[in-house]
Amino acid sequence: MAVYKRSYKGYEGPLTSRRKRFLILSRYAARGIFASRIVTGLFILSFFYPLAMIIGLYLNHNLSVLSFMKLHQDRLFDVNGAFFMVFMTVQSAGAFLLTAFFGPNLIAPDLANNALPLYFCRPLSRTEYVAGKASVILLLLSIITWVPGLLVFGVEASLSGGAWAWEHRGFAAGILLGSLLWISFLALLALALSAWVRWKLVAGALLLGVNFVTSGFAAALNATMDVTWGSYLDPAKLLTAIYGEFFGMDLSLGVNTWGALASYGVICAFCTYLLSRKVRAFEVVR
Amino acid sequence: MEPTIELAGLEVQLAKRKILDNLTCSLTGRTIGLLGPNGAGKSTLINTLLGFHKPSQGTARVLGEDIRTGLDRIRATVGFMPENDSFIANMTAVAFVRIMAELSGLPSEAALERAHEALYYVGLGEARYRKLGTYSLGMKQLAKLAQAIVHGPKLVILDEPTNGLDPPGRQRMIRMIREMKESSEVRLLICSHLLRDIEETCEEVLILKQGRIVHYSNLEEERKANLRFVELETHGEDNGFIEALEQLGCECAVAGERRLKMVLSEGIEIRDLYKLADARNIQLRRLNYRRDSLEDIFLKAMEVANGRL
Repeated sequence: MAVYKRSYKGYEGPLTSRRKRFLILSRYAARGIFASRIVTGLFILSFFYPLAMIIGLYLNHNLSVLSFMKLHQDRLFDVNGAFFMVFMTVQSAGAFLLTAFFGPNLIAPDLANNALPLYFCRPLSRTEYVAGKASVILLLLSIITWVPGLLVFGVEASLSGGAWAWEHRGFAAGILLGSLLWISFLALLALALSAWVRWKLVAGALLLGVNFVTSGFAAALNATMDVTWGSYLDPAKLLTAIYGEFFGMDLSLGVNTWGALASYGVICAFCTYLLSRKVRAFEVVR
Repeated sequence: MEPTIELAGLEVQLAKRKILDNLTCSLTGRTIGLLGPNGAGKSTLINTLLGFHKPSQGTARVLGEDIRTGLDRIRATVGFMPENDSFIANMTAVAFVRIMAELSGLPSEAALERAHEALYYVGLGEARYRKLGTYSLGMKQLAKLAQAIVHGPKLVILDEPTNGLDPPGRQRMIRMIREMKESSEVRLLICSHLLRDIEETCEEVLILKQGRIVHYSNLEEERKANLRFVELETHGEDNGFIEALEQLGCECAVAGERRLKMVLSEGIEIRDLYKLADARNIQLRRLNYRRDSLEDIFLKAMEVANGRL
């Protein structure tokens, strides 16, 4: 039917696969995210540190280049657990900052403009809707966390040899698992907060606030009550504890790894509950 | 024809309150009107048919698919225009309608093509690259209609389609609904509290009150029946005019001096009345068809608050 034929006509053409349809939301969401210069700038900025580290690793293994640069030492830095700990902490902080900027834009506008009935009157479930939105966060944060992390690990492995890679295989597992845990947590938290407050600016501020407030609250709790379990309320400290475990660091944070995993589990379950309550075509007022 | 909507003892409870109570009926018309005062349960019925609310008892079928088991298939064949503002503010109309088409299963290119067509069809062709947030209320209504029809559904559900429209906008919406109805490719379920909108567009009407069906009316049948009911005013001597009419099989009643009410029997046309009057030298000064307006039907239905079909 051509544009000039202004009459109603049904559609009898081919249809796309039902299972992949939630990715349409991801595609449009990604397009919306990169329309923001701040987010694009932050995203590009988050590659600088991995790039610098890769260059550093190359220099580390090239004495001739070091002497050419008049750096009279064997190595620039040691590539050990502490190196990966710092690397992943920086990238995870970048991921958090980036999520605070674009995460709330994913669901809040749909809720604020009452667009959910339009999505759910089509063959699209609530789970698929959340999966479509969350997959953008998962994809973008993966690109700046475990992908560069594994790349740095791979570069070091290629320069140091297979024996080093085998000996430090736990680092690779830590990079992957720690990042995935952090990304999942951020995705669920960002979506749940934006679904709850329905205002993207407030949701972004709230996401930043959750991190700082919980850190402060956890520290205050530990100090005033002379306990260590307050740290289980601090998501950043939980992540540090998990990375520390994988990278073989003794950080003495007073946080047990399994306890940290359980804390993340509880927070993620609460976020999922919040999403299931808020992401509905119509909210029934009791 | 396959029923558009069948309700079988449908009951819906929200927040422990019974909103729809034991609704049972079968609607087969191409355009079905859903009428009722505020809080009658019209929107709840629509939302239940779309699977937004789960029935607590009974069930319903939309185009033969049960809402309990075939929700995905129902949603694939239905277009929905909600009552309230529903859009994505920072999107252009064409992007908005396109994403909705893609979510209904259309491939990306086809979705874009259909989005342009749908926006032209509803009269937003020139404004299709503007962001929805900048649209007037009437334009937003049209954009909602465009997204409801972009994937070529078999049934379009319109919840208060003329809400907030000025008179020309309302006329335009009514005209489009009629055009869609005449295209015979789509059935329409129109929910409104405006009797005139329903009267101008629908073949069947279901009237709800307090979550119950209080009246069902096939407007097409009623319109045909009304054409058989005639009121006459005559001038001149009777000369056995009434008897002659009764011999033709018409039922007559004298409604006053020289005024008659009658139901025309099968095969009798108005010209036969004129012939009969001419033969008896009687003048027919006035001839009216009875016209029960939807307002009459609605008001009668409201009086029978606890009635059932």
